[in-house]
Amino acid sequence: MTTKQNLQHIAKFILLVILAALVLAPILIVLMNSFKGRFFISDTPFAFPNGQTFSGVKNFISGVEKTGFIKAFGYSLFITVFSVAAIVLFTSMTAWAITRVKSKISSAIYFTFVFSMIIPFQMVMFTMSKMANILHLDNPVGIIVLYLGFGAGLSVFIFSGFIKTIPREIEEAAMIDGCNPIQIFFMIVFPILQPIVVTVTILNAMWIWNDYLLPYLVIGNNYKTIPIAVQYLQGGYGSRDMGAMMAMLVLAVIPIIIFYFTSQKSIIKGVTAGAVKG
Amino acid sequence: MQKMSKKYFAFFTLPTIIAFLIAFLIPFILGIYLSFTEFRTVTNSHWVGVINYVRAFTEDKNFINALVFTVKFAVVSVVLINVGAFILALLLTSNVKGTNFFRTVFFMPNLIGGIVLGYIWQLIINGILINFGVDLTFSATYGFWGLVVLMNWQQAGYMMIIFIAAIQAIPTEMIEAAKIDGANAWQTIKSITIPMVMPAITICTFLTVTNSFKLFDQNLALTAGAPARESAMLALDIYTTFYGRVGSEGIGQAKAVVFSLFVALIVLLQLRLTRTKEVES
Repeated sequence: MTTKQNLQHIAKFILLVILAALVLAPILIVLMNSFKGRFFISDTPFAFPNGQTFSGVKNFISGVEKTGFIKAFGYSLFITVFSVAAIVLFTSMTAWAITRVKSKISSAIYFTFVFSMIIPFQMVMFTMSKMANILHLDNPVGIIVLYLGFGAGLSVFIFSGFIKTIPREIEEAAMIDGCNPIQIFFMIVFPILQPIVVTVTILNAMWIWNDYLLPYLVIGNNYKTIPIAVQYLQGGYGSRDMGAMMAMLVLAVIPIIIFYFTSQKSIIKGVTAGAVKG
Repeated sequence: MQKMSKKYFAFFTLPTIIAFLIAFLIPFILGIYLSFTEFRTVTNSHWVGVINYVRAFTEDKNFINALVFTVKFAVVSVVLINVGAFILALLLTSNVKGTNFFRTVFFMPNLIGGIVLGYIWQLIINGILINFGVDLTFSATYGFWGLVVLMNWQQAGYMMIIFIAAIQAIPTEMIEAAKIDGANAWQTIKSITIPMVMPAITICTFLTVTNSFKLFDQNLALTAGAPARESAMLALDIYTTFYGRVGSEGIGQAKAVVFSLFVALIVLLQLRLTRTKEVES
């Protein structure tokens, strides 16, 4: 390697270090401020906590009390896990049936699902939350039905794209051996879908865990998920407790970072596969 | 499987279809109907024709403002995010040390939800603006650039991952042949890398365009439309119209229909535009 190339590499490396620092800085600044007294945050957010401004874990205690964060964490976890499970199970079944059975009904179903991906949530937010009220789906169990319905478009689309590439021969052989479609799907097809199940799981988990408006409109009065709990602290402009806010932001980010570092490879792979298929 | 009986077909498709009818299709059709009515609740509405659509545009300037703000925002952020992500991808595919670490760091903000992101950046941006005696609520311009910075921070890493995958798929012989022919770095990027990653550019533009148009959470958390409703994008303006004042639900629904048509149109147009470029290259 020539000296010129060497210098170029060093320059690139330094540039990347600076960029990485810029990316991490906002999160670290919030972390730092979560340990400062509530009145020392807005005016001097870039100052380190000192003897006068350091407040220990007081913000965390008041934030958790004000927002019911522990409950919110529970609701978020429950809703995300079961909605994603429902989406993976039911949309893979649907995608398989409409891909394998070629008919006008199948293609009509497929195109309606694809169409729903484009439509913004605001189009249905009012009517959907009213429907949820009427059908008594306005609780952490009922909302799973809404996530399945609203998330169906993308997931059916991704599963269908993958199923088209699987050869039919294995399924046909199993049928000749006397398996019924339920056995064929769960014993043969679903195991083959594993890599794309990871993609669908991650994309939906990221969406549902972070989703604010749908749960706010449907169950927000009685059950606060984490994004609702954070937004709840906002109150009117100026009257909010900045200390509690900083602590809640930190608590909201921690589970995501833990999740990210434990399954980083599959997240990045899953997201790339999802984007390329989409 | 072509011969799957109706019973089995129903078993496989009905759970999703019923949920889809409840969560999307019926609310969607009802929403179109309600945009032509005056209503407080879904069951109590009367037909008023296109008045809601006229009022959406003429009653105040909020909707037009939001439309202009959203289009400007989409243009600026789509260009910046994609250029930034592409440069990051080039840097990370040039054998620099610590590639995996940098990739991990750049991608991370993408996993954090819009509400949390909005408040994180509100602290940072207000912390800078306070030195000039202002804050985010003083002018929609601050909100605009705040949202641009926030969206770049959140999405550049995601698009970077897609670009990296595309760049790594370029056959090395092509790059080497270009080097032997005496092409410099810029010529190689222009004549080989960019044409070869065109499908990735399509995907990334598609994703950033739709993300920009549908943006809501970040907008709500960062500025909530302040000052007045000047920094509200379309989704937030519709939300405020619906829930801000009793009696304007019909207008809100009409705005939502226009918004949906607009997004669908942009998506179709954009897909057609970039797809033709792909074929040419």
